[in-house]
Amino acid sequence: MVVVRIKDLPKEKFLLPGNTSCQGCPHALGLKALGMALGDDVVLIVPAGCTTIIAGSRDKSAFKFPCLHVPFASAPAVATGLGSAFKRLGKKGIPVVWMGDGGSDIGFATLSGACVRKDDMIVIVSDNEAYMNTGIQTSGTTFWKAKTTTSPMGKREEKKDLALIMLMHKADYVATASVGYVQDFISKLRKASEIDGFRFIHLHSPCPPGWGFDSSETVEIARLAVKCGAWILWEFDGKFKISPISKPYADKAKRAPLTEYLRKQRRFRHLSDEDIAEIERRIDEQWKVILALESVF
Amino acid sequence: MKKVLTGNYAVAEAVKMAKAEFIAAYPITPQTTIVERLAEMVEKGELNAEFVRVESEHSALAAVYGASAGGLRAFTATSSHGLLYMYEMCWWVANSRLPVVMALVTRTIGPPWNIHTDHTDLLTLRDSGWILAMSENAQEAFDLTLIGFKVAEQIDLPFAVGLDGFQVSHTAEVVDIPEQSEIDRFLPERRRDKPFVIEPGNPITVGGLTANECAMMLRHDMNKDMEKVGDLVRNAGYIRDYDLVERYRLDDAEYVVIMMGAWCGDAKEAIDILRNDGVQIGMLRLRFVRPFPAEEIAKLDCRKILVVERDCSIGKGGIIATEVKSVASSPVQSVMAGLGGVDVGVEDFVSMFRGFVKGELGEWWL
Repeated sequence: MVVVRIKDLPKEKFLLPGNTSCQGCPHALGLKALGMALGDDVVLIVPAGCTTIIAGSRDKSAFKFPCLHVPFASAPAVATGLGSAFKRLGKKGIPVVWMGDGGSDIGFATLSGACVRKDDMIVIVSDNEAYMNTGIQTSGTTFWKAKTTTSPMGKREEKKDLALIMLMHKADYVATASVGYVQDFISKLRKASEIDGFRFIHLHSPCPPGWGFDSSETVEIARLAVKCGAWILWEFDGKFKISPISKPYADKAKRAPLTEYLRKQRRFRHLSDEDIAEIERRIDEQWKVILALESVF
Repeated sequence: MKKVLTGNYAVAEAVKMAKAEFIAAYPITPQTTIVERLAEMVEKGELNAEFVRVESEHSALAAVYGASAGGLRAFTATSSHGLLYMYEMCWWVANSRLPVVMALVTRTIGPPWNIHTDHTDLLTLRDSGWILAMSENAQEAFDLTLIGFKVAEQIDLPFAVGLDGFQVSHTAEVVDIPEQSEIDRFLPERRRDKPFVIEPGNPITVGGLTANECAMMLRHDMNKDMEKVGDLVRNAGYIRDYDLVERYRLDDAEYVVIMMGAWCGDAKEAIDILRNDGVQIGMLRLRFVRPFPAEEIAKLDCRKILVVERDCSIGKGGIIATEVKSVASSPVQSVMAGLGGVDVGVEDFVSMFRGFVKGELGEWWL
C-alpha cells in the first residue's frame, strides 16, 4: 500500500466549484479524489445517474476531465471501444467508467463482458445503495431492511456483493474503498492505474438525502460503516489483502457499536432489536468470508 | 476481379477493403457469417482491426460508439432482435453524429420465432437519423457498404446497409471486386478530428444535459444534413454510379411499382412478362429509405402507382406506401406481402401486377 500524504496531493481541481451536486454528496468527494489521483490521464465515461447532473447542464461542464455521457447499460462497452481507439492512435490515457449501483444493476452483463475480456479500463461503482437520482428506489446493493421509496417497509432481500462478484470474474484488480477514507481510495486508484487490463473499485458512498442523515455527516457515516465492520476495505492485486484501515475490525471487540451506524440513518429508524442482531450476525458471516479469502487468495 | 460471394461475405469483403479499424458484434442468424468472416480476416492478419466479442448487441453498438468517438472507422452487423436489443444505442450513435456503418441483414421480428426476411426491423430505424440503404443483391451490398463509410464520414450520420436475410445474405453470386488501390483512392483514412475529439487532456463533454434548444437544433441540423445525402451518394466518386433509386423500364411507364430489396429481381421479371403483353409497366426501386427519395417519386408521371412492401405499421398499413402517398402526384395503391419471409415469386408478381393494372387487387397478398 502506497502511503498518500495530503500535503503531496495536487491542487488542480478536476471537479470544479459551483457544480450541482447536493450538499454532502459522496460522488463529489469521490470525483475530487479521482482528479487528485489520476488527473489528466482520465477520460470519464458516465452512464445515467446522479453524476449526469453533477457534470453540469446547458453549456457548462463541471469537469476538467473529458467526459462521454452514455446510455445507462452501456458504459463499460463504450470504454472498450474508446480504449481501443486510444491504443491504436497512440494516446496515453485511461477510460474510467464512473457509475452508480443503478448502472451496475442494469448494465451487469456489460460489466461482466468487459471484465471477462479483460478490456483496458478502470470501473468505479460509486455505491449509494439505492437509485438516488430518480428518488431513492431499491437497488441490488440496497442494505437489507433499508427503507426506500419502492420498499417502504424495508428491503426484503440481501444486498449483492459486487466487488466479490468481480473478483470471481478474475478481474486484474479489484478493491473496495470508501469516501470516508479518501487517501486509501487515491492509493488504490494509483495502484489500479499501474496495472493493465480490467480494474474495478467498489466505492462506498453514503448519501445524505437517500439515507436520511445530515449533509455535514457524510464522511462520519462512511467511516462508521467501516468501523462497525459493515463495509470492509480490501484489495486484490494478484493477492487478496484486507486494507490496513479495516484490519483492526477483523477483531469484533474493536468494532464500533453497530447501532451507532444504523441509528444515525432515517432508512434504518424502524429496525427492531432483532433486526439489528440479525444484521450483526450477517456482518460476522461476511468477515468470515473475507478472512477466508485473505488466507486462500 | 470477379468473385463468387454470398451477400454476407461480400459485406465482409467490403469492410476489409474499407480498412475498418474496429469491429464489435454479437452473432444472430442470418447476420452471423458476416462477423465470422471478419473475425477470420482479423485473426489471419488480412485486416488490421480490433475484433471484440461482446456479450450483447447493445454492447456491440456501445463499443462501436466508443471506438468511433475515439476516431476509429468502426463497424457492426445485426438482424431483427439484435437490432431491437441495441435500439437505444442506435439513437445514441445517430444523435452523437458518429459515422458508424452497420450491416442489417433483415429478419422478421418475433414472436413467433422466424429467421426469414421482412423489412420491419430495418424500418424501426426510420426516424432515428441513420441513413438507410437497402440492397437488391450481393454486388449492391458490397458497393453500398463502401459508399456507406464514405458518405457517413462526409456528413457525420451513421449508415445502415440492409440486405435480405438468406435471399441475399446466404445466396452466392458473382461480385465484381475493385482493386484495393481504387478503394484507397475512393476512401482515404478517416479524419480523426470530426465530429469531435474525445481524448485525454482535452476536457470536452459530449452528450450531457444541454439547453432544450440544443436538443432541438441537433435534430434540425440532422434533418437538414440528411437532405444532402442524395447528392453525396450520386457524387461519391465510386467505381460504379449510384443513386437513391433504380429506374427499371420507367421511361414510358403508365403503371409504376415501388419496392425495395431482393425480391425486386423477381418483380422485374414479372414486369418483363407484362411488357411482352404490351402493358406499360415499370419499377422505381428504392435503394434508400432515408433520405426518402421524395423528389424522384414526386416526378413520376403515370396513371397509378403500386407500392409492394414486406412490412406493416399495425393500425396504419404499409409504411412505404404511407410515405409514397405523401409525395406522389398519381394515385397510390398499397400491397403488403412477403412478411415473415413468405415466398413471393415471379408468378405471384405477374398476377399481382395484372390485378393492379385492372384495378382488382386487395391490400394484402396472403
